[in-house]
Amino acid sequence: MDAAIIGIGMTTIEKNKIACNYADLAWEAVNKALADASITIDDIDNVITTSSDFWDGRTISCMAVGDACALRHKNCSAVEGDGTFGAAYGLSRTLSGDYKTTLVTAHSKGSESISSIITNAAFDPIYERSLGLDMISASAIQAKQYMNVTGTTSEQLALVSCKNHKNAKDNPYAQLPMDITVNDVLNSEMIAEPLHKLDCSPVSDGCCAIIIANADFVKKVKAKPVWIKGVAFCSDAYFMGDRDLTKTIALENAAKKAYVMAGITNPENEIDIAEIYDAFTYQELMWIEGLGLAEYGNAGKLLEKGIFNRDGKLPVNPSGGLLSGHPVIAAGLYRIAEIVLQIREEAGARQVNAKRGIAHGVNGICGQSHCVWILDKEK
Amino acid sequence: MAKRRVAIVGTGQTNHKSHRPDVNGQELIHEAVVRALQDAELSINDIDAILIGNMDHFEGINYVDCWSIDGSGGYHKPIMKLTTGGTTGSTLAIGGYHFVASGMFDKVLVIGWEKNSESDTTGAITTAFDPIWDRLVFAGAISGLAVEAQSYMAKYGATDRDGARVSVRDRKHACNNPYAQLRKEVTLEEVLASPMLADPIHLLDVCPRTDGACAVVIASEDCAETITSTPDWIWATANRHTYSYLGDVNWGELDSIADASKELFKKSGINEPRKQINVIEMYQPYSLAGIIWIEDMGIIPRGKGAEYIWSGATDMGGELPINPSGGVIACNPIGATGLIRCAEAAMQVMGKAEGRQVPDVNFAVSTGFGGCMWTDMILHGKNKPNL
Amino acid sequence: MGNIFYGIEPSVYKSQINVPYQWWAGETASKFFMVLRDDKKILGKQCPRCGKVYCPPKKTCPSCFTETNSWKEVGPKGKLISYTIVLRQLAALQKKVPVAFGLICIDGADNAMLHYIGDVDVNNITIGMEVEAVFADDRNATINAISHFKPLT
Repeated sequence: MDAAIIGIGMTTIEKNKIACNYADLAWEAVNKALADASITIDDIDNVITTSSDFWDGRTISCMAVGDACALRHKNCSAVEGDGTFGAAYGLSRTLSGDYKTTLVTAHSKGSESISSIITNAAFDPIYERSLGLDMISASAIQAKQYMNVTGTTSEQLALVSCKNHKNAKDNPYAQLPMDITVNDVLNSEMIAEPLHKLDCSPVSDGCCAIIIANADFVKKVKAKPVWIKGVAFCSDAYFMGDRDLTKTIALENAAKKAYVMAGITNPENEIDIAEIYDAFTYQELMWIEGLGLAEYGNAGKLLEKGIFNRDGKLPVNPSGGLLSGHPVIAAGLYRIAEIVLQIREEAGARQVNAKRGIAHGVNGICGQSHCVWILDKEK
Repeated sequence: MAKRRVAIVGTGQTNHKSHRPDVNGQELIHEAVVRALQDAELSINDIDAILIGNMDHFEGINYVDCWSIDGSGGYHKPIMKLTTGGTTGSTLAIGGYHFVASGMFDKVLVIGWEKNSESDTTGAITTAFDPIWDRLVFAGAISGLAVEAQSYMAKYGATDRDGARVSVRDRKHACNNPYAQLRKEVTLEEVLASPMLADPIHLLDVCPRTDGACAVVIASEDCAETITSTPDWIWATANRHTYSYLGDVNWGELDSIADASKELFKKSGINEPRKQINVIEMYQPYSLAGIIWIEDMGIIPRGKGAEYIWSGATDMGGELPINPSGGVIACNPIGATGLIRCAEAAMQVMGKAEGRQVPDVNFAVSTGFGGCMWTDMILHGKNKPNL
Repeated sequence: MGNIFYGIEPSVYKSQINVPYQWWAGETASKFFMVLRDDKKILGKQCPRCGKVYCPPKKTCPSCFTETNSWKEVGPKGKLISYTIVLRQLAALQKKVPVAFGLICIDGADNAMLHYIGDVDVNNITIGMEVEAVFADDRNATINAISHFKPLT
């Protein structure tokens, strides 16, 4: 593909960014991304903002960040869902030839609402919502079934938490850097069996911005491009009862398509790093398998061998992942930004050896809809 | 300019009504999708990706893209949600255009829908305004529109009678549209005698609340020409969603449609819009906008809009028919409304508009309006655009 | 809070989106709920193309994108596909913890429905166990016409 990411900007991810409203967050992320790309706002010819009316408590929530994203007098649009999807639409606008540079932002302030009620609203109002499920209880049902079918253990889930919180210690943007043990996870509050508190990501505030440019524009600027090699997204059935929750068909479809676009035939060997949507510990393992980076049911065992550690063969979430900071909506765009930093060898203390990486985002309940990005140092 | 040509090849709408208790949201969506696929003679398996949108707080469903699957056909397909308030439908059409123009997808299904009967529309819209500055003092959609109308009237001496003439036009046109919700002719006197909602806007000057869905199939040049012999080519798109606090709006002129029109016409080489454009489907939520906004579009000089409307030029059979479908005053399922404008413009270009067909359409314009006085625009053409 | 604004007091505007909703269930779900309420029977609906019976029923089959056409009585027994026991009083919960949620495949159906698991020591719930619908005494035409599912063993 003839497009690259030429700039990224992230705010720190925090539990409660009390000094900032949405526009303040976007202003910081956008200006960091422009500075990172060594361009000005006048070089941007269209803007995609990503937000959620539910999380923001506001109809037409994109309004709140429009000015801060400088979409005044520009063509623009707004995606609702994870930032990886917003970026996918931004990519299509760049590739269409109508635009040369697309600014994509995604923001959320989970601190300002109640996660359980917001995610309960994702359940079907006619058949399900009144039962009182939310993202945590639904995910617990999926985790239980996945563990039952694959034999994955609570200890293996806990190891994901230990790895990611430890990785976060070297990520200045992360909310929860921690040294914890498997026992700490297993002894933490049981929220919904089998998920302990430390199996769950926090609810966070943050904003991320990236700039996508076409190949012609890339030639004209100083920025170090990270090339977009494959992007695909796919949804499964909506109702949990219509799906085999232990399988990841939508993710497999998206990944296969992205690999074909990128010319990848053996992802386990050809991918150097992955930043994955680990909203819960078990999800990191399931998504690793869905991405074809481990055999089905085998990710937990590979994790125990250290394969996914920062110094392992295939580092997963060296940033600390969502478990170390989860601004919903923005979370996937942070994954893209992290892979960009890694490929540019600018990831500081969390740097791994990587020329090609995956960034991954999710929409909906129990990983219904996935978006997969393959990024590369080479065009 | 785009790298490859893109066309609309099929459209489908529900028969829009004030209440649809016989279907839930997913089922309503399904009706429009099936009709669009039938129109294009395609099956859901032919579709590469889906774009869907509505306004969250009208139905209270989080992750509508995910929830829609049974109706939208997104099972094991790429699906994404766009939402920009009133402009959602037109925003979706512009999204479908870019999905195809990029080469990422060949055939894209675009769906806009709303079941306005399921909530308190004004209550939900009020939450769009800035919670700190605007929300407590400036409620709902109609107050902003009344301020626009008053400002224009103060500048150019127009009256609510001029507005009523637009309403008479659109409501008459709607009688030719089997999908429209309100299909009843009204007289000037009836409009003026209807209850005053917010001076100068009477009840019969404004759009209703509607349950409805619209779907459009957008395809690449190669596919389009195998699907239909009369594709509706998308020549250009433009939009402006500048955010303003309500006190900062340039009331009396719609800057967003003025800027977007300039860009749209420049991109496509339209020098004399009044002569070159054959029909407009305008997202015109109340009557006086039908006068103000054609001036902002550069079709008629400032202050001359009312005269042009009274001349009958925008009626069926006139020089430049506007809203042959009856427009938004006859039917307003908000998340679908902008896409219905696009679909109706496409039908005009494709020669499929039946009883509301304008003869010999070469260029059509569809618009979207919403958000904070925002505009989306699409130029549709019978002939292929230059690359 | 420290000095985040250097002497200016950070103010918070508190509000909530408070919009009343009424969701039309549509013809298919309405019939399902009516029969639950009036006859204490569980109905599924079958896709003519793939033959799958859906319970909860749907008007359209998501995989075939075809309208389902024939009603089948299913249940009231079923199999527990998976479950969780919620121990924290999450804000969306309508009941006091511990609350057991299950994904139940009703006998005769090809998909599964979400509901409560009750009448059981939560520690004795296992994946794969046989369960049966328990109807509420006071039934309205909603999913809550079924009170919960209880294990048969």
